[in-house]
Amino acid sequence: MISGISIYEILTVTSILFFIGVYGFITRTNLISILISVELMLNASVVNFVIINKYLFPEVLQGVYFSIFIIAVAAAETALAVSIIINLYRQISSVEVKDVETMKY
Amino acid sequence: MERIIFYCLAAVIIAFGIASVTSRKMLRSVIYLSFVLISIAGIFFLVDYNFLAAIQLTVYAGGIVVLIIFSVLLVHHIEMELEMAKASKKIVTAIACLIGLGVFLRAIYTYDFNVIDNSITTTTADIGTGLLSYEAGGFILPFEVISVLLLAAMIGAIVIAKGSKLTEKNNQP
Repeated sequence: MISGISIYEILTVTSILFFIGVYGFITRTNLISILISVELMLNASVVNFVIINKYLFPEVLQGVYFSIFIIAVAAAETALAVSIIINLYRQISSVEVKDVETMKY
Repeated sequence: MERIIFYCLAAVIIAFGIASVTSRKMLRSVIYLSFVLISIAGIFFLVDYNFLAAIQLTVYAGGIVVLIIFSVLLVHHIEMELEMAKASKKIVTAIACLIGLGVFLRAIYTYDFNVIDNSITTTTADIGTGLLSYEAGGFILPFEVISVLLLAAMIGAIVIAKGSKLTEKNNQP
């Protein structure tokens, strides 16, 4: 654990990061920006898993494993999202949310 | 010392997080995201999970940011500025987010966490043993499932990104 830092301060930082992600997810109108906001939210949850593991249950490693799985799923999700965005851009020449009316390829 | 480092990292995370969701230039917002991800790796180093920090640096700051930069460069002109939402929508969203943050913080600060003082160092060997263990509490099954998931995502990404070309070739016997 970080000496001199309580769990409350770290959880405050991750909560703020999560809601920055929520704010970006709602206000952005661009598919790539929405992807960036999702990454911010996922990262906040990863830090929460790690911090709670380290501060409350230091003798087990379950939080670390869950973080590894979250990071792996996030990587898979990003790869798929980028391929969908590139495919959409080929068909409608735009990545704005309001222009996307078809998901059929 | 660790206190100061943590506060610097927290300030960088919050400042660049806000910058990355409000910047009007697409590429800059991706770079700000990479600053946030690297600072989070710094927090992992501070809590002594070196393996996780290495994963964060390679997979997130290395892989995901590069993928997003590729997609930005493929679909945008660099100088193009983003369309922003209406001011009223921004304000309503900001207020809703602040209310949500208040609820979160109230729940966190009223809960009495049973913190255990420790300085246990976790080696990569411990993490690997737990991931591949068959006994109760082992993570061998999710580990295998995640490898299948990554393979499926890779094939799916290739098929979707090259979609029409692949199907056209297959349809002309």
